Amino acid sequence: MAHLADQATDAPARSRGPDRRSRGRGWRSRFNPAYLFVAPAFLLAAVFILWPIVQSGWMSLHDWTIGDDSHKWLGFGNYTELWHDSRFWNALKVTIVYAVFVVIGQVAIGLALAQWLRRTTWYTMLLRSAFFFPTIASLAVTGIVWKFLLDPQVGLVDGWLGKIGVHSQNWLQDTHLALPALIAVGIWKNFGFSMIVLLAGVQGVRQDLIEAATLDGAGAIARFRHVTLPALRPAILFTVVIGTVNALQLFDLTYVMTDGGPLFHTESIVMYLYQRGFVDFRLGYASAIAWVLFLIIIAVSVVQLRMLRFRDDD
Amino acid sequence: MTTDASLSSLPPAPSWAGPMLRGLRRVGRVLAWTVLTIAALATVVPFLWMLGVAFRTPADLYSDPSRLWPDHWSVSGFHAVFTQLPFFRLAVNTVVFAGGTTVLLLLIDSLCAYALARLKFRGQNFVFWTILLTLMVPFQVMLIPLFLTVFHLGWLNTFQGLIVPRSVSALGIFMLRQFFVKIPKELDEAARVDGAGPLRIYWQIILPLARPALASLFVIQFMALWNDFLWPLVISSSTDMRTLPSALTLFSSTSGVDHAALMAGAAISLAPLAIAFLLAQRFFTEGIAATGIK
Repeated sequence: MAHLADQATDAPARSRGPDRRSRGRGWRSRFNPAYLFVAPAFLLAAVFILWPIVQSGWMSLHDWTIGDDSHKWLGFGNYTELWHDSRFWNALKVTIVYAVFVVIGQVAIGLALAQWLRRTTWYTMLLRSAFFFPTIASLAVTGIVWKFLLDPQVGLVDGWLGKIGVHSQNWLQDTHLALPALIAVGIWKNFGFSMIVLLAGVQGVRQDLIEAATLDGAGAIARFRHVTLPALRPAILFTVVIGTVNALQLFDLTYVMTDGGPLFHTESIVMYLYQRGFVDFRLGYASAIAWVLFLIIIAVSVVQLRMLRFRDDD
Repeated sequence: MTTDASLSSLPPAPSWAGPMLRGLRRVGRVLAWTVLTIAALATVVPFLWMLGVAFRTPADLYSDPSRLWPDHWSVSGFHAVFTQLPFFRLAVNTVVFAGGTTVLLLLIDSLCAYALARLKFRGQNFVFWTILLTLMVPFQVMLIPLFLTVFHLGWLNTFQGLIVPRSVSALGIFMLRQFFVKIPKELDEAARVDGAGPLRIYWQIILPLARPALASLFVIQFMALWNDFLWPLVISSSTDMRTLPSALTLFSSTSGVDHAALMAGAAISLAPLAIAFLLAQRFFTEGIAATGIK
């Protein structure tokens, strides 16, 4: 998103009056062919992006339940209900815990790997591909694989832990272990993405600055903190913001691996939205959840952008 | 063997090795490369195990789950996934959904991006800023009204229901527009002098020059849709119209599931992207690093 925001500054040139070529030439002067190019995208976006955004805001203000066509106006009723809904607060807590640990994990591992694999040789390229591979695989399908990897009877994890004398655990059924297990899988799935983003940043660090710092007697840690890290800030910002936005939308993994259980310990916000919307068919209430999620994502992104952009102490 | 190989391509010293003696440094490097190699293997172990289980019989799996490879290779899992699920149909659905949507999206997005980048029209800024604004809205906000719209159109459990609502992407328009803007304007001018209209310039000059951007967008969109879970889950509830991720998920939660069949299905569903990744890694890494789509 940081990327996008930066690029956005070169907005299209403001129209500099009518096109000279088309002035005063019959119907061509009145009809600009550019609209034909924009029309398909604009019509589709109007129906399938813009209108749904407005409609979901509108629905969130109603009691909009499938099978009941009254659509009673509630004002902010759904939102006040949400405020008092302990299951929502639980889902919010689960989602935030997941997001915090996954983002810290993926960025820390990604940064270490980017630093280590910054040279390009056939071997670093091979390792990079291996680390990046989970990123391209379907989250749902890898979730299925992990569900069986963590199975106490047929899973590899307990099989290997058993060899070193660790008792088998019912990872996904245990209220203390289920969320940490999901977090571990989330980190495994995403650190390759952070590695690739940060790799470009690491390779962009000016070597002459590193050498100058070395000559001035800066140790490895000081060099990393004062030369490498500041140069990496845009890349770190990008992967932190994108990683957080992704993690806050946690759904596939918990749907596939735990179904929100045991006892709601892994029920995320989107999981709860899905429950209310597509199982209970309370579409108004589910829309309110979606808007709260949207606001949380915006708020968290803004805070991260400010914190990481304006902290200039080094 | 791996450490041997890596010795020939040693990286710069690890940051913590600092001012240590040369010999010690060398030991440190070898150790670090060993750890990295083990970590890389550990990262792909889930996929290797998946492949292994796909070729195992239940007895083989239950006797020792800690082995990566079967004692006796069996292809019954691959056979079973086709008999226990309408697997061929599911694979076709996934190809049509991911492929069809991506092709349509590339066409629609590039037309719009072309107008935004190379033509002038009233409302240009409005369109551009609307696109930027919708980029920030998470998909879940649109999901519920989209479900209703698709329902009212009678498109649930149809390809048009799966494809049409996803065939325009604000991010795609934005990405292509940023690329098109950088193509020298003189090319259009020259073509225009030769009498080419905007459609011809778009098709014969801009699109061929934008091949790298189009390829990147194709790869990441195809991947995102191939892997998509929530949208097909909501729009296609009938067994015949599911895509692979959602169908395999539902299959995996049935009781007494055949592990070999499930892992064979998972392996086949991951294979196309895995092969594409091995052949054209650059498009994946560049596209994903630039957009954050995955």
